[in-house]
Amino acid sequence: MKPGRLLRLRGMIRKEWLQVVRDPSSIAIAFFLPLLLLFIFGYGVSLDAENIRVALVIEQADSQSLSFAGGFDQSPYFAPMLLPSIQEAETALRESRVDGIVWLRHNFGRDYLRKESPPIGVIVNGVDANTARLIEGYVQGIWFGWLEQQAERAGRTLKSPVRLEQRIWFNPEVRSTDFLVPGILAVIMTLIGALLTALVIAREWERGTMEALMVTRISVVEILMGKLIPYFILGMGGLVLALTMAHFLFQVPIRGSLWLLLAVSALFLWVALGMGFFISTIFKSQFVAALVAMVSTFLPAFILSGFIFDIRSMPAVIQGLTHLIAARYYVAILQTLFLVGDVWSVILPNAAAMAAMGLFFHGMVYRKTRKQLE
Amino acid sequence: MGHRILALIVKEFLALFRDKKSRLAVIVPPILQLLIFGYAATFDLEHAALAIFNEDTGPFSRDLVGRFERSTGFAVVGYLRSEAEIQPLIDRQGALLVLRIGEQCSAEVARGEGCPVQVLIDGRNSNTAMLALNSVRTIVADFNEERIEQTTGAKLPARLNLRAWFNPNLESRWFIVPGIVALLAMIVTLVVTALSVAREREAGTFDQLLVTPLHPWEILIGKAMPGLIVGVGEASLIIAVAVFWFRVPFNGHLATLYPALIVYVLSIIGVGLMISSFSATLQQALLGAFLFIVPAVTLSGFSTPIANMPDFMQALTYLDPMRYFLTIVRRIFLEGAGVEYFWHELWPMSLIAVVTLALATWLFRHRMY
Repeated sequence: MKPGRLLRLRGMIRKEWLQVVRDPSSIAIAFFLPLLLLFIFGYGVSLDAENIRVALVIEQADSQSLSFAGGFDQSPYFAPMLLPSIQEAETALRESRVDGIVWLRHNFGRDYLRKESPPIGVIVNGVDANTARLIEGYVQGIWFGWLEQQAERAGRTLKSPVRLEQRIWFNPEVRSTDFLVPGILAVIMTLIGALLTALVIAREWERGTMEALMVTRISVVEILMGKLIPYFILGMGGLVLALTMAHFLFQVPIRGSLWLLLAVSALFLWVALGMGFFISTIFKSQFVAALVAMVSTFLPAFILSGFIFDIRSMPAVIQGLTHLIAARYYVAILQTLFLVGDVWSVILPNAAAMAAMGLFFHGMVYRKTRKQLE
Repeated sequence: MGHRILALIVKEFLALFRDKKSRLAVIVPPILQLLIFGYAATFDLEHAALAIFNEDTGPFSRDLVGRFERSTGFAVVGYLRSEAEIQPLIDRQGALLVLRIGEQCSAEVARGEGCPVQVLIDGRNSNTAMLALNSVRTIVADFNEERIEQTTGAKLPARLNLRAWFNPNLESRWFIVPGIVALLAMIVTLVVTALSVAREREAGTFDQLLVTPLHPWEILIGKAMPGLIVGVGEASLIIAVAVFWFRVPFNGHLATLYPALIVYVLSIIGVGLMISSFSATLQQALLGAFLFIVPAVTLSGFSTPIANMPDFMQALTYLDPMRYFLTIVRRIFLEGAGVEYFWHELWPMSLIAVVTLALATWLFRHRMY
């Protein structure tokens, strides 16, 4: 590198750095934003239903009914309340005071002893379908446990033809935090990247200082590098902060190598900053760039990245669309690096896709910026 | 006085819509996003990638495997031949789960013992893992029940009779799409209002506005009008798409939905204008908007239930206007609830609207810097 170039680059970085320091909002984006978001996401986002409010209606307090109901008292998933009649329970369900009803009719114990296979009525509020399905699963678990217990008490073992043994790998306690927190990092980094840079180039155009820069001897690459480097350093600072919080505050294990995690994150930050620069270059007005950044960064990263809604559950067309979202690749790598380890067959293709998107964004910025000189 | 406000409103609309790019940025993305997100945001697991490792050759295990092959919940992606294949397949996400049937399966069943079946699930996404496990359990439980009836003629001592109200097939789309109405109405309204004062502050024209005979509350009306019209307008469009395109049942009345919608949009306008009056530059306004949007969406219960949060987080959600509207819109859509069922949501939301709008007006003249 020629000494003149180094000098110009240093000057440019210094100028950007001063702009960053003088408007506290950039520092806030890099350090306050990840802290706040990770705190809110980490504590606020959980798919683990506990203390589900369920109404128990026991019409006849015989030993069968009571032993079945006892399963709900002991379960960590349920906070049962006894209601005297099904009418009252239905009203409670309608008024959202409970999420489900378990109904043992007055002839439950009698029919059980007569081996008539009496039904246990279970009604759940289906509005939140995901939670409803989890509740049904937990109820089935209690029901099955109770059947086994009853059989044992009668001196038999409940011989089911298929004995199912389940193992959930990588996350045996099925803690949703362990998969949500790594995914959240991708959302946070998308926001940081875009917020830091979405207005940076548009601001120069709008204030006319871009033309002023263009007439100096500085080259386009130097301008862009000068803008990239300070924000990259800021973003990495925010990233390290977020990683530290994820691991130490939310206790998410890091099973892959830390260096690989940092390298991949640096790559993603480069892509996210590129996206911000891209928006800024294309729209050239701070107002429009801000509008576009608001509608095009957070929601796609939130919904289409697979961080919370599993991409494998989406229709094929939408799955195809998610390939346009850089966060998608980062989420896949993060979930693997945090929970599984260095699985190269997951990391390499996703990292390659991120690199391609980064090249596209930065390449477009370079092209668009040069053209304006003509 | 009326024509003064009218002139201001016209000016605000021009500022927003004169530029073609900003017109497109406000109108097109929400509609596009509703269509995409409506399909994308689902917790329903279908065609989960399943690999089968069957070490047994008897008819019993073939019968069991057949159940999984025919189920719509699973798509069989491969049949494994050795144990060593399992781990790499799950590691690289080639399959979500592996069903492993022991060598002795049919022999054990013939002896009256149980057939050992192992299910190994990729827990990287714990919610997907739980859903897959639940479907496996359901298939196995049905299979067991039938076998017991066939072989012994005896029924299970008691059976479960599961029903879901309001959403009998438990389609998570019915839950998410009304939520998207609240989500996009918020984003659109905020986009329109959060930048409007900051933009004028940065350009220096807001001071000019302040020295005109306009009262601060007249400026408020002028600044709030585009947000109200665009917010309510786009929300109506989104509701129509939810009902006619996604076929989410609308069991309530528009007459109960609209007052709630207007109060909701007003509360978001209040927040947006507050952020905007705080900010000296567009960069700060953009940051402020995100500092509101992200926590508001997270804490609203849009994607994960509020009931799962720790208590101090649940307390924080009471400050979030989206929390209230989300409950209202879902209950009107699916439960057909009337005002008497969500009065407890309506008044706090109105309070937020009044407080934020008043603060925004005050901030017009009392800057923080």
